[in-house]
Amino acid sequence: MSKEDYEIVIGLEVHAELSTKTKIFCSCKNEFGAEPNTHICPVCMGMPGALPVLNEKVVEYAVKAGIATNCEISRNSKNDRKNYFYPDTPKAYQISQFDKPLCENGYIEIEDENGEKKKIGITRIHIEDDAAKLNHNEFGGGSLVDLNRAGVPLIETVSEPDMRNSKEVENYLRKLKSIYEYIEVSDCKMQEGSFRADINLSVRKKGAKEFGTRTEMKNMSSFRSIVRAIEYEADRQIDIIEEGGKIEQETRRWDDVSGKTFSMRDKEDAQDYRYFPDPDLMAIRLSDEYIENIKKNLPELPESRKARYINEIGLSEKDANLLTASKHLSNMFEEASNICKNHKQVANWLLSDVSRILNEKEMEAEEIPFTAEELAKMITLIEKGTISSSLGKKVIEELFENPKDPEEIIKEKGWIQISDEGAIKEVVQKILQANPQSVEDYKAGKDRALGFLVGQAMKETKGKANPQMLNKMFIEELKK
Amino acid sequence: MEITKLTVHELKEKLANKELTITEITKAYIDRINEKEKDIGAFVTTLEEQSLQKAKEIEEKVKANEIKGALAGIPIGIKDNICTKGIHTTCSSKMLENFISPYDATVMEKINNENMINLGKLNMDEFAMGGSTEYSAFHVTKNPWNLNKVPGGSSGGSAAAVASGMVPWALGSDTGGSIRQPASFCGVVGMKPTYGLVSRYGLVAFASSLDQIGPITKDVEDCAMLLNVITGHDEKDSTSENREKVDYTLSLKNDVKGMKIGVPKEFFGEGIGPEVKQKLEEAIEKYKELGAEVEEFSLDIANYALATYYIIACAEASSNLGRFDGIRYGYRTPNYDNLKDIYKNSRSEAFGSEVKRRIILGTYVLSSGYYDAYYKKAQQVRTLVQSKFDEAFSKYDVILTPTSPTTAFNIGEKKENPLEMYLADICTVSVNIAGLPGISIPCGVDKEGMPIGMQLIGQKFSEETLLNAAYTFEQAIKFRENYKPEFKNK
Repeated sequence: MSKEDYEIVIGLEVHAELSTKTKIFCSCKNEFGAEPNTHICPVCMGMPGALPVLNEKVVEYAVKAGIATNCEISRNSKNDRKNYFYPDTPKAYQISQFDKPLCENGYIEIEDENGEKKKIGITRIHIEDDAAKLNHNEFGGGSLVDLNRAGVPLIETVSEPDMRNSKEVENYLRKLKSIYEYIEVSDCKMQEGSFRADINLSVRKKGAKEFGTRTEMKNMSSFRSIVRAIEYEADRQIDIIEEGGKIEQETRRWDDVSGKTFSMRDKEDAQDYRYFPDPDLMAIRLSDEYIENIKKNLPELPESRKARYINEIGLSEKDANLLTASKHLSNMFEEASNICKNHKQVANWLLSDVSRILNEKEMEAEEIPFTAEELAKMITLIEKGTISSSLGKKVIEELFENPKDPEEIIKEKGWIQISDEGAIKEVVQKILQANPQSVEDYKAGKDRALGFLVGQAMKETKGKANPQMLNKMFIEELKK
Repeated sequence: MEITKLTVHELKEKLANKELTITEITKAYIDRINEKEKDIGAFVTTLEEQSLQKAKEIEEKVKANEIKGALAGIPIGIKDNICTKGIHTTCSSKMLENFISPYDATVMEKINNENMINLGKLNMDEFAMGGSTEYSAFHVTKNPWNLNKVPGGSSGGSAAAVASGMVPWALGSDTGGSIRQPASFCGVVGMKPTYGLVSRYGLVAFASSLDQIGPITKDVEDCAMLLNVITGHDEKDSTSENREKVDYTLSLKNDVKGMKIGVPKEFFGEGIGPEVKQKLEEAIEKYKELGAEVEEFSLDIANYALATYYIIACAEASSNLGRFDGIRYGYRTPNYDNLKDIYKNSRSEAFGSEVKRRIILGTYVLSSGYYDAYYKKAQQVRTLVQSKFDEAFSKYDVILTPTSPTTAFNIGEKKENPLEMYLADICTVSVNIAGLPGISIPCGVDKEGMPIGMQLIGQKFSEETLLNAAYTFEQAIKFRENYKPEFKNK
């Protein structure tokens, strides 16, 4: 049998750090990137005698996430302790939710490989505290514990095993990420680890009813490695089965450098977490009114923004889709459009040059280094004729490298468009004199020659000449 | 005048009259500690210099009218599982032998706000697990009434220190009887408040759903006064109740006429010592004389409660004590090559046998496959126990039982027999299981002259009723005037 005879089955557990001001069980700041062990207190350090107090915002954010992913919200929920020893877990237990998560039975809609709509089930969303960060080998081979992250609030979103290939996984992750960005529960910065996925993957013969044995790959935090890891791991499992082997249920580590997965721990070391209700915390009871209130105040979701772009602004479905896929991109679109009043141009620039550069640099939209205002200003400069659109491309590139006011960029670089009639005329005459053959060709009816001449003039002016004026002046001169 | 024989309400009066000064009082207690501690061994840490220094400071401030408050300058002793900033908090364990808390427990903040003086940290069974204080990793504490006997536990240091006049009063903690039973063994008053009345923030957790801090005092009035200090809602403890503050001293009416007292016959059956039973029966007669209506009834929970207690307490303990892993604070083994060894060896070397026993038990009952049969079942029985109590309190204001089936036993007598030690908790654990308040007051002595304790149990937040019932009895029998510890080996 071949690869094509197998079906890949994938379910995801996604951890998103919530962007609340304070941690989940204490009033320490929830902030990425601070000096190690500066946002800590007896509670998140797991000091003897310290007690957790649940941050109500965390519940609110999780409920928002649940509503946005079509989940049922539990009126009666609780926190449970998950017990295990590890230096990143100062209490020796994580406070999570075991049998009564806040949100259950939801779904989100994605596009499958063929662009068809597909629902991916959300089994549950629950709240829990993040672990500390271990910094290995910084000093003499030891490990240092940074407790700033201990107690940062997380929601874990568990999907049904509904995905069948890496494209669906990527689309699911992008959709989930954009939803959480839109409702402002998480900044979903994968490079900072605030949005990371565990991948459960198994394979089975097409048509089989039973799932195969699955492996788990933990803490994947870039789309590229997720796609690569899925493809590698699916092939690995198929190869084993094809060779008559058996898949071990185990946790595997993806190694980005070698492009392979490695066994971390097998079922034998599977831990018994001894879950039990945390006696330090009260049951979480939510009223219908509370949930209704959150529902009412939920920010606009990508789907409705997309509809607005199509119906009110007149963008194509494809463009609207691309723009709304990332909240950051979509916000940039709206802000820049508001400033320069030219939706079409903003959309064009974002979806062509900006997206191309993001792609080349393997960056996410939220990493765009310049502001919507700067983008809008550049578009206005083109409209006013100060620069040509080919100079605009250069400005965008410069904005990625060294973001600042586009007006300053063109001044510094000397990219201001030549729109002075005298200057243009001088160039045109120079080019005409230098290219008598083209002049003859044009006069003989070969319109292509005009393009060549304009191109020469642009080259001469390093792209700074106003192309409309050039065109016009060449035609005038050639008619003479 | 023997200062260390006075109650706190007497000290308070003499401070107000200027018959005594704050420094005199503190000095008297330090002298008393220097005299008696070598026989009793109630302390893990004494704070002689600091407390004298503090006494002088407070005295100055009081003179300058910078601080007021009736309890300013009154000394106190603190059980060594309550976190005290800058002072060792050891839980009488090798694990925390050198641990200095970076913060104060909420009750300590309250004590400090009253400008009281901490004389030291008091010995206990390691991590509050035990009923004799013999499981302290450091030393045995002796019963002031007979130095061959245990003071009870786990707050044995607190009870012995109060009984021997080394502190005027003390804080203890009670998870299954750890305040009431040592109070009973040492002839003093001990109260476990309703779960949620006193903040647990900063109390090193043994079993979170059962633990409660409470007073150990010479008499009921002092108990009410100390309760006034330590109660109150705390935002840092989610299980602390938000209730209006009460002045418990106002509840001491010396009148129980018409009070309905229920006596559960199951608490007077097998295993209860005859002398204990006899003194309790005399106490019942006394209550009748005082005008209370006493009635026997059936409360068939004691046996289930004990099993339930040990399952829940050990389960929670196994999780609560996980943080003592040798990584961030506390004992770390010198013998390790890898992470697993740090955990295994640190915990093996620094926990005592009783603590290990309970961690293993708790780990077992929470394990997948056993959870339903043990932990879940225990929670169901817990609900049942609570409803049985509710039923009883629809008829009675107060339930009266012995605090402990026996008086203080000999040192070493039960140490190697954990089951027998567990049975000593049979009268007290159901109160914790149900989250109720309970108080133990002395009601007499046995033939050997060892104190016998009577336990009064009330419904949730009925501390005022309990204190009044206890106070009225205390005024009638005048135990403190009739019996005194002898500090002898008998």
